[in-house]
Amino acid sequence: MGQNMQLAEEIRKRQDAILKDWMAYQVSALTLRRDLVKESELRETSRQFLELFSEAIGVSTDTSSPSWKPVKDSLAEISQKRAAQGFSPSETATFVLSLKQPLFDLVQQRVGQDGKRLADMLWEFTKLLDHLGLYTTEVYQESREGVISRQQQELMELSTPVVQLWDEVLALPLIGTLDSARTQVVMENLLQRVVETGARIAIIDITGVPTVDTLVAQHLMKTVAATRLMGADCIISGIRPQIAQTIVHLGVNLNDIVTKATLADAFEVALARLGATVSKAASTS
Amino acid sequence: MERIPILKMGPYLLVTIQVDMHDRVAMTLQDELTQRIVSERARGVLLDISSVDVVDSFIGRMIGNIASMSRVLDAETVVVGMRPAVAITLVELGLALPSIRTALNVDAGMTLLKSARKMAGNGRPAR
Amino acid sequence: MAVLRDELIGLRSMDDMIKARQLVRDCAIFQGLSLVDQTKIVTAASELARNTLVHGGGGEMRLQALNDGPRRGVKVIFADRGPGIPNIELAMKDGYTTRGGLGLGLSGSKRLVNEFSIESQSGKGTTVSIVRWK
Repeated sequence: MGQNMQLAEEIRKRQDAILKDWMAYQVSALTLRRDLVKESELRETSRQFLELFSEAIGVSTDTSSPSWKPVKDSLAEISQKRAAQGFSPSETATFVLSLKQPLFDLVQQRVGQDGKRLADMLWEFTKLLDHLGLYTTEVYQESREGVISRQQQELMELSTPVVQLWDEVLALPLIGTLDSARTQVVMENLLQRVVETGARIAIIDITGVPTVDTLVAQHLMKTVAATRLMGADCIISGIRPQIAQTIVHLGVNLNDIVTKATLADAFEVALARLGATVSKAASTS
Repeated sequence: MERIPILKMGPYLLVTIQVDMHDRVAMTLQDELTQRIVSERARGVLLDISSVDVVDSFIGRMIGNIASMSRVLDAETVVVGMRPAVAITLVELGLALPSIRTALNVDAGMTLLKSARKMAGNGRPAR
Repeated sequence: MAVLRDELIGLRSMDDMIKARQLVRDCAIFQGLSLVDQTKIVTAASELARNTLVHGGGGEMRLQALNDGPRRGVKVIFADRGPGIPNIELAMKDGYTTRGGLGLGLSGSKRLVNEFSIESQSGKGTTVSIVRWK
């Protein structure tokens, strides 16, 4: 389309002026995060974007056509970067949306008094930039979701450390509640460490588990059963008085599992099973 | 059809499962192993499944059967080397195999069989 | 939701079943599932493939790699034209068996996956579909 070509040519010709206006809008926008982005950096990003934009518009005004891919890729990159830096969605979308004003000015200057043509072209640009704005938000949201799921994963791994207490004895201090996703991570970590250390006994300490209902008890029993299949024994320690009461009230059967009130008690049992003893050294005065 | 080798190690038999097991191979193993326990007068069986990456309920049942059968023939079975992912999956499947003995690897399994025999005092592994 | 891979194989013999397990494993690796998640879906597929073979008199398995936004998963569908399951609710119970197995095939494989659905018509066959997400 000839009109598109002309428009692209116009944008390219007046790139400096448009860039200046656009920068002014971005800088004056309340949503600019001066703490997070430098003006010089923003100018460079904007300049590059404008170049891609004018190239794409020379081919088509349909943002779903392949000629817009470089523009979208560049927007996606900006969006992902801003999401990671902690920009809000509107702060992120302002980048492309604030290009409206300079472009509208340009259209107005070109078309002049022809009202119908002006309206048509403004509508075309509005649609175009809104599409790009929405795309920015979509990418933003996706990358935030990515960040959240990564953090969840990290949190899960952080919250399930497996420590070696003694040769062949591991301890797993559980903190927080146990759902099925976390149980799988807990089991994986514990069993992997059993393989690595050749442990024969694993102590699961539930002092930090706020409540033990039937579901949590079930997850605990699964962990014990899986550990046993690997060839190691489990002891559950850190059973607080209330938890002992709820377990019995709920009718949860922990009969096949060795349970101890404290980690110290469990450790003593573990040592005894391995045939080791710990005693205070005789005073050497 | 491939067969699973059964090796004699002193009074014990070592079975190492290395193939992605065909149901029929599993059945043949039950046959051959029980025969060997009797002919070798074996006192224990080490079933090494460290190369097995999938144990479904059929294979799980076969492992349980081998343990029960050898027990009847007065040989204790120790399943050794189960992979973590397999253990987690079996438990989730509902097959915790509570009656079988387990050990981390062949060495640990051998120690377990020896100590069980010693504890029984009469050369018979204790339950 | 996008389907990245779509494969169909027949389940007529034990060899097919072993091939099916390997295909599911490959697909789970391709989708980046963790080792435990891989093992869970392969085990579930093994149970269901055996059902198709033993109870359904053979059938087919369809394997799909799914992408749903940031989520990636593996879907496996088993279909046979066997006698069907008269009482699905009963068949889904732990320990229910018609052939002297452990009765963990259906109920157990359901616990190994994130999504499970079963359809069966008496005399027409059974279709079971499972999904495990990363």
